Amino acid sequence: MARSTKNTFLERAGYRRRRMRDVARVLPVLIGILFCIPLLWDRNGELGTSDALIYLFIVWLCALGISAGIARFLATDRSDDR
Amino acid sequence: MMVSFNLLLVVALVYVAFLFLIAFAAERSAEKGSVAWLRSPWIYTLSLSIYCTAWTFYGAVGYAARSGLEYLTIYLGPTVVMIGWWWVLRKLVRIGRSQRITSIADLVSSRFGKSTALGVMVTLLMVVAATPYLALQLQSVTLSFAVFADAAGDSWMSEDLTRSALWVALGLAVFTIIFGTRNLDANERHHGIVMAIAVEAVVKLCALVAVGVFVVWGVAGGFGPMIDLIDTSDIAQWEQSSGRWVGLTFLSGAAFLTLPRMFQVLVVENADEKNLITASWAFPLYLLTMSLFVVPIAVVGLKILPEGSNPDLFVLTIPLSQGLDGLAIFSFLGGFSSATSMVIVATIALATMISNHIVTPLWLSSKGPGAVVSGDIRQLVIGARRLSIAGVLLLGYIYFRLSGGGEALAAIGLISFAGVVQVLPAMIGGIFWRGATRWGAVAGITVGFVIWAWSLFLPSFGPDGILPQSVIDNGPLGIAALRPQALFGITDIDPLIHALMWSMLLNSVAFFFGSVLTFPHPLERLQGAQFVNIFEHSEGARAWTTSTAEAEDLLIMAQRILGSNEAQVLFQQEAQRQGKAGYLPEVTPEFVQNLERELAGSVGAATAHAMVGQFIQGASVSVEDLIAVADEAAQIMEYSNRLEQKSAEQERTARQLRDANEKLTQLSIQKDAFLSQISHELRTPMTSIRSFSEILREGGMSDDELSKYSGIIHDEAMRLTRLLDDLLDLSVLENGQVTLNMAQGNLKTVIDRAVSATAHSPTAITVKRRDGEETIPLFTDMDRLTQVFINLIANAGKYCDAKRPVLRIEPRKVAGEWVVDFIDNGAGITKENQQVIFEKFSRLSDHRKAGGAGLGLAICREIMTRLGGTITYLPGQGGAAFRVVLPAAVNPALTR
Repeated sequence: MARSTKNTFLERAGYRRRRMRDVARVLPVLIGILFCIPLLWDRNGELGTSDALIYLFIVWLCALGISAGIARFLATDRSDDR
Repeated sequence: MMVSFNLLLVVALVYVAFLFLIAFAAERSAEKGSVAWLRSPWIYTLSLSIYCTAWTFYGAVGYAARSGLEYLTIYLGPTVVMIGWWWVLRKLVRIGRSQRITSIADLVSSRFGKSTALGVMVTLLMVVAATPYLALQLQSVTLSFAVFADAAGDSWMSEDLTRSALWVALGLAVFTIIFGTRNLDANERHHGIVMAIAVEAVVKLCALVAVGVFVVWGVAGGFGPMIDLIDTSDIAQWEQSSGRWVGLTFLSGAAFLTLPRMFQVLVVENADEKNLITASWAFPLYLLTMSLFVVPIAVVGLKILPEGSNPDLFVLTIPLSQGLDGLAIFSFLGGFSSATSMVIVATIALATMISNHIVTPLWLSSKGPGAVVSGDIRQLVIGARRLSIAGVLLLGYIYFRLSGGGEALAAIGLISFAGVVQVLPAMIGGIFWRGATRWGAVAGITVGFVIWAWSLFLPSFGPDGILPQSVIDNGPLGIAALRPQALFGITDIDPLIHALMWSMLLNSVAFFFGSVLTFPHPLERLQGAQFVNIFEHSEGARAWTTSTAEAEDLLIMAQRILGSNEAQVLFQQEAQRQGKAGYLPEVTPEFVQNLERELAGSVGAATAHAMVGQFIQGASVSVEDLIAVADEAAQIMEYSNRLEQKSAEQERTARQLRDANEKLTQLSIQKDAFLSQISHELRTPMTSIRSFSEILREGGMSDDELSKYSGIIHDEAMRLTRLLDDLLDLSVLENGQVTLNMAQGNLKTVIDRAVSATAHSPTAITVKRRDGEETIPLFTDMDRLTQVFINLIANAGKYCDAKRPVLRIEPRKVAGEWVVDFIDNGAGITKENQQVIFEKFSRLSDHRKAGGAGLGLAICREIMTRLGGTITYLPGQGGAAFRVVLPAAVNPALTR
């Protein structure tokens, strides 16, 4: 019995949703680490306070951007709640 | 032109009136049923903004002016938690909704077996930790009033400050009581309050952004110059301690989960789980915007304002110093919004905890065990809640008076944070680890609370405030290892991080080992499984099994808590579900459990459990209850076993039917074959008889020929007779019409007769017997058994293809039965043929040679069946072998 293309599509979508869940799990860990990076900067080096400030806001913005990006995948996620 | 203080008062009052209006409008629209937009994810996200209190509105700038970028940690922690919503918040919200959790104290109490003691502990901890925080809000509002009074040229004394603080506290109490205690069910959302908070969230964000934009583009002269200004300011000289950075990020993230007011808006007032998904990025965005302009404001304030100005108030003083009164008032409203929204939600959350976990249980226990409650509990609980709101605000006000209004706002906030996070191990452990027990939670929270109070809270009252300076320097009774800010001799560490590290570490250790070493009671285990596996089954724990409660009693009690209409609807629905008319359903365990959960939404899990327990025998889950639960499980298993059995039985029957059908089909085929076979068998001799008798009739033959032909006719007639005899015999046997002449006898005589009967046949075979073993007594039809043996011996003689055919007759005992084996030394019978030899007309070789109709073995089998024995082919004996199982030797008549 041949599989319909629609079936394949649904499976791909389910797979994608699962990977988006993985992103939701990893993202907080990743940004937690990224938020600590400026601690490693050399205080007397080229990078000043304003650079740290800008860096932090950029990481912050990217994190919530990604979070917003995966939100719509997870909003329709009713398959299983694990 | 300076803004007059009176104008500020008017603006503030108008703003408050506006909030009242909005709250009323929201309640009104909710009553009309249009709640969809009130439940939207945006309102949810904005309501989370109560995290940003006056401390963050005013204090963050002061924090940045004192400690550089460290202020960001207060926002980064919650950002990580929100973005990591999949881990913790999703589970918390699901548990909160399915267990109808009313507060964080309720969550902990409910998880650990609906324990009243834990509820009280958490409530007390939260009240102690939140009081300074409430004082902080009052202080910030009064300070901002003072700024404007100052600017108007009229210097405020401390009594002016306390008086205004009292008025603010009073106003907040009135607002909170009006909108916060409209309904008893904590899970029903306070639409008016949520709406007012959402508006305040927008106001405070806009106010801070407005001041920020003014500072960057109005004062500093754009983005580039601002960056230069930052790098040349004192803030750039700040050395960030890694420990504090990581520690504070953790602290703010943990407090975001455990602060009672945050739990209230995150979990209790959550209208839809999906709102969390939107908030997971929208709330970090809100936090980012709130913190975006903090450093520019601090830098500019430090630059343009006179030395010694309070950096906590830069948000107000910068616009004032630039003559922008409108912006200053807007900024004031932002700070005012931050303070009031936080106070409102915090007092509701604390009041819910106090009324559900302290007042109601106390009142219930004062009634004595077993006594059925009387009076309107609804009024009692609402009254308790209103009193608690006033009480909590009063506590905040008293703390404000006692502390005298310290300058650094942020320090108090962090101390408060460190207090509330002591619930974190019990909370996280409770929802992820089934092994967590009540004693573990009690131990962890107690240890954490004691260390926090000793090393952070008590010293915060200043030298000689509560702890004497000598204790701080040398430890209690001179024990250096117990110095509050250098526990176990670890000095040179930031006091906050020191307290946080020790309290969280020892708290978690106590929680873990307390859990591991104690044994949970049954209800705890049920609840533990419920919480940890919330995504597998969102069903409630089966806590009530036997019930002697009358539905009417339960209805009376439910009416007192839920209100008559709601309770009646609930009971009626249940009755209908059970197929009964009227208001009184059968009191089933499921119903009691549902009822308890409904009540828990109003008065908390522990109280609801205790109240239902008054009506149900066995107020808590006992071993018997558990056994009953186990019984139920066993019953279900038994039922499914029975089903399985039934289906197996049906399968068996079906198989038997199938077999029978196959047999019938086969029989029908056999019958056809038999008919055609028998007509063939009859026809062959008939044909020769007819043709030879015709030859004889024609006459003219010699005597020799005559005798030859008549001999053939005679032989064929004999064959026919034998065939008919056999057929008759078989038919008699098969129909069970045979009469057996049962008699005592001996196997030896039977074999003797059979051997001698076959000895003179032309196909005789050498028979080897075991004389000694043949003396076996029999009780059977001797003639019939002899017939079987003759048949077997004759068959061996006919079919054995050995050069010197030998037949061994061996009687032996097999499995308690006497058998006789007839084994010849021929080629034997092939496996396929073994199946058919007992069938009628199943001759394996040419029937001429055999000289029979192929009915012999079929007759043998029928005879043996009649006699109560069997005859089977015995494979693997070298030649053809038949085993005759002899019928029971004992005369049943004799044994009787």
